[in-house]
Amino acid sequence: MKQTKQKTSGAAVPIMDAEAIRGSLRRVAHEIIERNPQLTHVVLAGIPSRGVEIAERIARFIHEIEKINVETGVIDVAMHRDDVGTRSELPIVRESKLPLPLEERTIIVVDDVLYTGRTVRAAMDAINSFGRPARIQLAVLIDRGHRELPIRPDYVGKNLPTAGGEKVQVRLEQTDGEPDEVRLEKS
Amino acid sequence: MTTRWTRKDLLGLRELSADEINFILDTADAFKQVGTREIKKVPSLRGKTLVNFFVEPSTRTRTSFELAALRLSADVINISATISSLTKGETLKDTARNLEALHADIFVLRHGSAGAPQFLANRLKASVINAGDGAHEHPTQALLDLYTIREKRRQIAGLHVAIVGDILFSRVARSNIFGLLKLGARVTLVGPSTLVPREFEKLGVEISHKIDEVLPKADVVNLLRIQHERQRREYFPGIGEYIRFFGLTKERAKLLKADCLIMHPGPINRGVEIDSEVADGLHSVILNQVTNGLAVRMAVLYLCGGISA
Repeated sequence: MKQTKQKTSGAAVPIMDAEAIRGSLRRVAHEIIERNPQLTHVVLAGIPSRGVEIAERIARFIHEIEKINVETGVIDVAMHRDDVGTRSELPIVRESKLPLPLEERTIIVVDDVLYTGRTVRAAMDAINSFGRPARIQLAVLIDRGHRELPIRPDYVGKNLPTAGGEKVQVRLEQTDGEPDEVRLEKS
Repeated sequence: MTTRWTRKDLLGLRELSADEINFILDTADAFKQVGTREIKKVPSLRGKTLVNFFVEPSTRTRTSFELAALRLSADVINISATISSLTKGETLKDTARNLEALHADIFVLRHGSAGAPQFLANRLKASVINAGDGAHEHPTQALLDLYTIREKRRQIAGLHVAIVGDILFSRVARSNIFGLLKLGARVTLVGPSTLVPREFEKLGVEISHKIDEVLPKADVVNLLRIQHERQRREYFPGIGEYIRFFGLTKERAKLLKADCLIMHPGPINRGVEIDSEVADGLHSVILNQVTNGLAVRMAVLYLCGGISA
């Protein structure tokens, strides 16, 4: 699956602790509010499993700040990947959940780490099969570079320059049962 | 979910674990939702070729597999017994090898002989999906039955399922028995002793020849089609006799629990194994089965087809 799901081996450098993650997601929430005057039209759609949790957290920050409940959703990308059969493990497919109709809505795709951009490409394909949203934006906790597609994030928790062989590990309490942390494992 | 799918073929439910069955059903949940989207198609099997190889005639299973494959963006070829070279004396193996030489990735096989899918699976690199082999197994039918029960009742363990009718020759019954028992259901087979022999007890099911005693206790009644076109005169005296003892008439339906599910793999013989009022009534989930069949077959093609590459 994703780079972030690999087991720890060798030295992992701590990049963000729980407080830093909290701070950057709160900032992302502020930026989303600034960029989207019609917050009631916004849907924060997470890519399973950490993207879903991050979307929920951003939605809670937006509620704290603006007292508005932003809708959340889930986008399955597994069945939209273009590399089925070329990987050793078949991705587990999950049900997508998006409020319908998508027309007039702004879908903000939320994921933990942005790397090649292929997952986001698959997410956009998945969204388009539900309808035609007014716009799609992208929010990520970590942008580690090395894009293979012309995709850029609209909201970034932290830019983290990495080398190709390094692994970014994101751990979240709710999805991993470990304290919130971002680590960089050197190659 | 820690289970991983590792099989290139789906030949029967007998060899699957409860975890594997649940994994297919969970995967089907995700694919069921694709049918409600504006664009009911995903690119999962884009570039793959599926051969619907139906040596025995079938319309609904073949159509369901075909639509499932199309919704996964696979290319589909349909080959039936009458147009295949099998009628010219070519062996099953040679026909399949010729198809594999065309780079087919998935074979969906319906065949009159038990074990034919296993035979092909052992010889081909491609995935083989059993769409019914003789009186052996029909795994996707049983999976869609399990899916429908789970969808309506949330859990299969602890439910009492009655399977009624021509059990002896039924691959649907066999696959259902394996699947239901693995998932913890209690199974009672109901029918005349000629069609429900005692040997089945060895599988771990109960047997009854009195439907009126079973109906009030059942959470699910799965009615199998009486294959009267085959006129099994040696097994029961006639249709009238069968209806009198085993048909789910509207009078008998009054014995059912309020939340009992009535299932049927189709095509139904209205007025034979089931009355029209019951087939179209509140208990009936027969059309849900058809819809769910598509999702389950998408899941099976995705899992097996994704592995074989």
